[in-house]
Amino acid sequence: MTLPQDLRLRLVGAFLVIASLSQLRTLAVAGAALAAVMLFAAWSRPEPRLWRRLVHVEGFLLLLFATLPFTLPGRPLFTFGPLTASVEGVERAMLIAAKVSASVLLLMAMLGSVEPARLGSALRGLYVPETMVRVFVLTARYLALIRDEARRLHEAMVMRGFRPRSNRHTWRSYGHLVGMLLVRALARAQRVEEAMLCRGYEGRFPRLGQPAPAARDWAGFGVAVALSAAVTLADRL
Amino acid sequence: MSALLALEGVTVDRDGAAVLRQVDLRLDPGERLAIVGPNGAGKTTLLRTLVGLERPAAGRVRLFGNVCASERDFRALRPRIGYLFQDSDDQLFCPSVIEDVAFGPLNLGCTEAEAFGRAEQVLEMLGIGALAPRISHRLSGGEKRLVCLAGLLAMRPDVLMLDEPTNGVDAENGRRLRAALHGFPGAMLLVSHDDGFIAELANRAMAIENGRLSPADIHTHPHRHTHSHPHIHAREG
Repeated sequence: MTLPQDLRLRLVGAFLVIASLSQLRTLAVAGAALAAVMLFAAWSRPEPRLWRRLVHVEGFLLLLFATLPFTLPGRPLFTFGPLTASVEGVERAMLIAAKVSASVLLLMAMLGSVEPARLGSALRGLYVPETMVRVFVLTARYLALIRDEARRLHEAMVMRGFRPRSNRHTWRSYGHLVGMLLVRALARAQRVEEAMLCRGYEGRFPRLGQPAPAARDWAGFGVAVALSAAVTLADRL
Repeated sequence: MSALLALEGVTVDRDGAAVLRQVDLRLDPGERLAIVGPNGAGKTTLLRTLVGLERPAAGRVRLFGNVCASERDFRALRPRIGYLFQDSDDQLFCPSVIEDVAFGPLNLGCTEAEAFGRAEQVLEMLGIGALAPRISHRLSGGEKRLVCLAGLLAMRPDVLMLDEPTNGVDAENGRRLRAALHGFPGAMLLVSHDDGFIAELANRAMAIENGRLSPADIHTHPHRHTHSHPHIHAREG
């Protein structure tokens, strides 16, 4: 199986699979789907830095395991002081963890290493509203600049003897920092727009013609469709 | 007598390439040392290394006689060094000018009244007292540079480090900047492309090229010739 080279098909394929993963109700199917996606991810060998994104999500899932067993009523599993963990709660947490991990892993393997600018033109090719595409593309383009700006401002603060503590001065200073970043980002956005207008921008990016997907791309897309149909059927039957 | 700031055989790497190579430098009390060199020669990295924003791969940084290796070592001594960043926007982050100038003194533990008192005093001294209530990001380039300098002087540093201080500064504010720097009693380390500025202010110079630092001479040529100066005046009447 190969990943569709055509980004439009890759986006739609990923969307279909994730949509069907999100509707799973049985733990066994979700676990099997997670295992399949893990195999696929290992086979496609994503860059090491992409794995770090998965770590962020897993941190959130740990929170789920800490709360769900105690909040969902059902057969008791164990008691922890006044709290009782339920079997149903643990199962629910595992189901959600499997679905979320599988979805994020799939996104990482299929789209993780794609340049945001190329994703933008693929989204445009799929007739996603221009405003959303533009917000996505420009955010991806300028995030690094704004992050750099935040880092330099913070360095300048440290150079003037700033040490974060839990006091009013610290919170006010951080407030100023965030406020200044927002003001600068807005001013930069205006300058960028002016520069775009000066080069004849009229509210639309030129839509570049995209070649039709190759046969093997359709094959990869077919695999994605079959997979999503299979997990849905296995889950409901 | 020990040097105020010193680098001893310092090498700094970035992305595997050496930005500074075996640099030795010392700044003694009363000295005004200029560092000259082409773009990308390592001037800014040199300043950043001195205050611990970059860590050397080899060699030692000594501030006021103390060897500094960790963030903790640098943090204690940074308030004695006023570092004027190349881009004023990296330094100004508070909404109003007076708050920005008072930020450093507040970090030093001054009360609010003391900090704002010092800030007003420094702004007056620089001849920009009228800017105090202005919004910092709406100032002109020259005004921003002076406000940044005021923020450093309000901390009463022993050493000033200036990175291209005259860049983007108009004639009137340039005159104020020079006057303030001439009046500064401590030592100074300045990086500049402005030969006139260096000749006027510095009493020692070093050149940096490809990350290597070497002594340089400052000399003035007596010129005896006639030439025309273009002047632009407002029309009278």
